[in-house]
Parts: sequence; structure tokens; C-alpha cells
Amino acid sequence: MNQASVQSIWIQAFLSLLKSKLTLASLVIVVSYSLLALLAHAGIIASNWNLDIGASYEPPSAIHWFGTDIFGRSVVTKIIKSTEVAMYVGFIVSIIAISIGVLLGAIAGYFGGIVDELIVWFYSTLAAIPNIMLLISLTFILGKGILAVYVALGMTNWIELCRLIRGEVIRHKDKEYIQAATALGASHWRKLVKHILPNIMHIVIIQFSAIFQIAIKSEVILSYLGLGVQNSPSWGIMINDARVELMRGVWWQLVFASIAMFLIVLAFNNLSDSLRDALDPKLRGK
Amino acid sequence: MSFMSLYSYIIRRLSYIIPILVGVCLLIFFIFNIVAGDPTIILLGKHANPRQMAELRHELGLDRHWFIQYLDILKSAFTFDFGRSWATKQHIAPMLKLGTWVSLTLVIPAFVVTSILAISTALLAAFFRGRLIDKGLVVLTVIMMSISILVYILFGQWIFAYKLGWFEIAGYEYGFPDFIPYIILPAMILVLVNLGSDVRFYRTVFLDEMYQDYVRTARAKGLSERAVLFKHVLKNAMAPIITNLVIQIPAWLLGTLLVESFFGIPGLGGITLNAINNSDFPVIKAITILSAVSYVIFSVITDVLYTLVDPRIKLS
Repeated sequence: MNQASVQSIWIQAFLSLLKSKLTLASLVIVVSYSLLALLAHAGIIASNWNLDIGASYEPPSAIHWFGTDIFGRSVVTKIIKSTEVAMYVGFIVSIIAISIGVLLGAIAGYFGGIVDELIVWFYSTLAAIPNIMLLISLTFILGKGILAVYVALGMTNWIELCRLIRGEVIRHKDKEYIQAATALGASHWRKLVKHILPNIMHIVIIQFSAIFQIAIKSEVILSYLGLGVQNSPSWGIMINDARVELMRGVWWQLVFASIAMFLIVLAFNNLSDSLRDALDPKLRGK
Repeated sequence: MSFMSLYSYIIRRLSYIIPILVGVCLLIFFIFNIVAGDPTIILLGKHANPRQMAELRHELGLDRHWFIQYLDILKSAFTFDFGRSWATKQHIAPMLKLGTWVSLTLVIPAFVVTSILAISTALLAAFFRGRLIDKGLVVLTVIMMSISILVYILFGQWIFAYKLGWFEIAGYEYGFPDFIPYIILPAMILVLVNLGSDVRFYRTVFLDEMYQDYVRTARAKGLSERAVLFKHVLKNAMAPIITNLVIQIPAWLLGTLLVESFFGIPGLGGITLNAINNSDFPVIKAITILSAVSYVIFSVITDVLYTLVDPRIKLS
């Protein structure tokens, strides 16, 4: 298969993604959230989230669109700053999980034998422990804070991908094109990276989208447990604040933080479905 | 399939769980006995003197050889003797037993309702596949899956318990039927939280079956779509359905953690959260071990059921 036709498959898949309005909308949401996150990270917007701009608990109005929180801080600004947290968590966790999953899955599937058994044993062990207990235990080791969130969520989300990659590598490694590569004297590394991995790349892309939204959802729960981000607003902390606020009729932090989170999770959910349809022809139309 | 071969299959399958439990205990040992901070500092505070600390270490058995400490953890996975809680000094095993019963009063109704609703909704979607009802249901399930569990809990509690006053806001009473008013709302929330992904799963199961050759044959011989769906597809989809039902059970027990904490239900979830807040290591270890044990046991049950339901599966 030459380079041009490989590219055209990806381009075809991408074009077929753009045909659906729902997918297009999801892409727009992901891109705008990423832009907000980058701008907030660069300090261009929402750097003043800690500033009191009004009275405590002002309801949404023309001046304060989403109202203010207990300290009179703008809820809009906090939500944007939280977007930065959520998108970074989603992105970094996906990268960590994918690195571990692809590496271990490829090694286990390709080399087989004792290495395979060890890796399968390792992930079966991890899979036997409920995610929430693993997350809690890992934050005990790592302490609280954003770094612990990255590592803990990264460590708990690679198993599914590792299983899939292992299975696919096993399926591919004895195919004719790999035999041909062996005959031409290709090294193990070359066969894995140059030949097998491009053929199973679609799984990684689909899983990236899936892990991204799982990470965002989990970050919110960790924040609720007090194990999440410290010294920065996050949707989880805002939703958690609402426990006391709702009884006083303060609904805006909860509603707007929930909507902000809902939209990006929905976009990624929908995107992973569309990616699956576009990249995995076996499942098309189901 | 002979009775003996099934018997030996179960034995063989059970032997697979030992390396997993060894691994789980190794991980727990590594986290809590090696990496996590010195528990005597957690228990005595920063100003403890070295003698007190040494005494406590001896009392907790932390001055023994590391391998003995590991064996202790591994042993507890089989004897369920987890010692005492650091926070309440209670024996852990009876504490968790009571918590499990409480959790079950909430989980069983929620699990049954979710499964019935999910399977029938998925059948409906499969029956109308590709049409508006199906597409609408697919969109709805994605939306339901995208809402945070915290949002379900907070809005549910606020609207139905606080504003409308239909249900208790929080609390629990032991004994049947006293607990019923306390679990209705939390159970409904659990149903909503789990319904989306379940419907999607079962819909895929049904659709997978519907593209099989035997379905084409059934249609070709003139069976109505309804007969195809209920007589053939449903029967053949039974294996994945049962597997999915059984494998979910352990996850449900801890899946109630957040719901229990919001509604003040003293089940396993509530115990776990208390243990986290108090850095109560023995309780956290015990819950982790118990959930791992139940996970491996239920996966064995799943595999065995699978072979019983689907005779095509070979016992290997």
C-alpha cells in the first residue's frame, strides 16, 4: 500500500465525519473548548477568576451573565478557568493511558509467551480492583492535586485499550504482509511500528476520544471527594459547592457548570461513535 | 456436556483466580504498607514521640518482616478476617457485612429495574432499527451517558425531595419495610445513571444477532419481524445478556458510593467514604480486597453460565 492511498483512507474517513451535522457540531465544541483552555492557560482570558466583581451570590443578570459565587466571583470566568483544568486533564490522561496501553498491548501481543502472560496478569489484577478504589489508593500515594489526578486517571484508563491492541496485534502478526516484511529482514521494532501499528491506529483514535470524556467525568468525581484539583476552580468543585447552595436557592453555579461539562462530554461521546463508524468499517451502520 | 467436564472446568477456572488475588494483594501491600506515609503519624499526629510510635508500630504489626505482612493481607482475602478499623476500633468483617446488606437493599431494586427497562428499550430500538424511534433512542442514551452522576443526584435530591417533598432528603432505617421510603429516590437515580450505557450495550447485542444468517433464514421462511425478534434473536442474545448482567453485579455494589454518601445511606459506599476521610487503611484495604474477590468470583460465574447457556462454547 503506498503512502498516497494510506492518506486518502484517512482523508476519506475525515470527510465522511464532516458529513454529519451532529459530528460537525461536536468537532466545533471540542475545538472551541480547546481554544478556551489554551487561551486561559496562556493567561489571556479568565486569569482574574479569583477577583471579587460583585456581591455574594448575585443571580444571573446582564452584567454577570452566569451570576456570582459565595465570594462574589464571576461564575462565567470560573467556568472558563475550569475548562482549562478539564481539557488538560482529558488530554494528558488520554496521552498517558494511550502510551501505556499501546506499549504494553503491542509488546504482549507481538512477543507472546511469558511477557504476554505477565502483562495479561498485570492488567487482570488492575481490572479486578474497582476504579474508584484504585483512584483513592493512588491519591494516597501521590498526595492531592492536579499531578495526582493525571497519574491516577492515566493509570486506571489504559486497560481496555491494552486489551484491544493486544488482540489486534495477535490478529495481524501472522498475516502475509508481516511474513513478507520478515522475509525482507525487517526487525521486530520495524514490523511493529512501521507495519502493524498503522493498521490498528483507528482503535487508538477511537479510544482517545472515549478516554478523554471518561477523564473529564472522573475529574469531577475526584474533586467532589476532595482528591482533585487544588487552588483552581473546576467544574467538580463548583458542582460540589452546589450541595449547600441549592438549599438557599442558588442554582446558577450548578446549572452552568453542569451544562459546560455536559456539552464537552456529549461532544466526545458522539465523536467516538462517529469515529468508530468512519474508521471501523465492520461496525458501519450499527 | 457431561457433568464431570463442567465440574473440572469450574475447578480449573477457579484456579485462575489465585494469581489475580496474589496480584491484588501485592498491589494493596505495595500501596499501603510501602509507599503510603507512616500510619503512626496519621494515627498519633505530627507531635508523637518516637517511643509511642514504636509501640504503635508493634501493636499494628508493622515491625514484622515485610513478607509476613504481605501474607497477612493475602490470608485475609480467603479468611475475610480484616482485623479492626483504626477509626472506630470495630471489627471490620461484621461492619462490612452490615454495610453490604444495606447496599443490597438499594442495589437490588435499582439493578432489576435498570436491567428490565434497558433490555426492553433495546428490543424496541432493535425492532425499529434505523428508523426515527431508534435514532431518537440512540441520541437519548448518549445524552444520558454524558450527564455527570453528581448532576443526577443533586437535581434529583433538590427537586423531588427538597422542593416537592415526595421522598426523604436523606437517611436510612434498618429492617424491612422501614427502609423503603429512603431508597426509592436513590434507586431511581441509580436507574437513570446506568440506563443509557445499558440500553446501548443491549441494542448492539440485538443488532449483532440480527445480521446473522439464521435471522435471514427465519425471515425467508416468512416469519413476522416480531416472531424473529422474540423467538430467535432474544433467545440467541441470552448469552451476552446474562454475561453482562452477572459481570455488572460487583461494580454495582461500589457504584452506589456517591449516591449513598449524598443520601446518608450507611452501606458499603458510606463506609468507604468515611474510611477515606479518616485515612482508615485497614477498612480501605478490606473493601478493595472484597471487591476484587467478588469481581473474580463473578467473572468465573459469568464464564460458567456462558458455557451453560451457549453450547457452542467449548470448555477450554
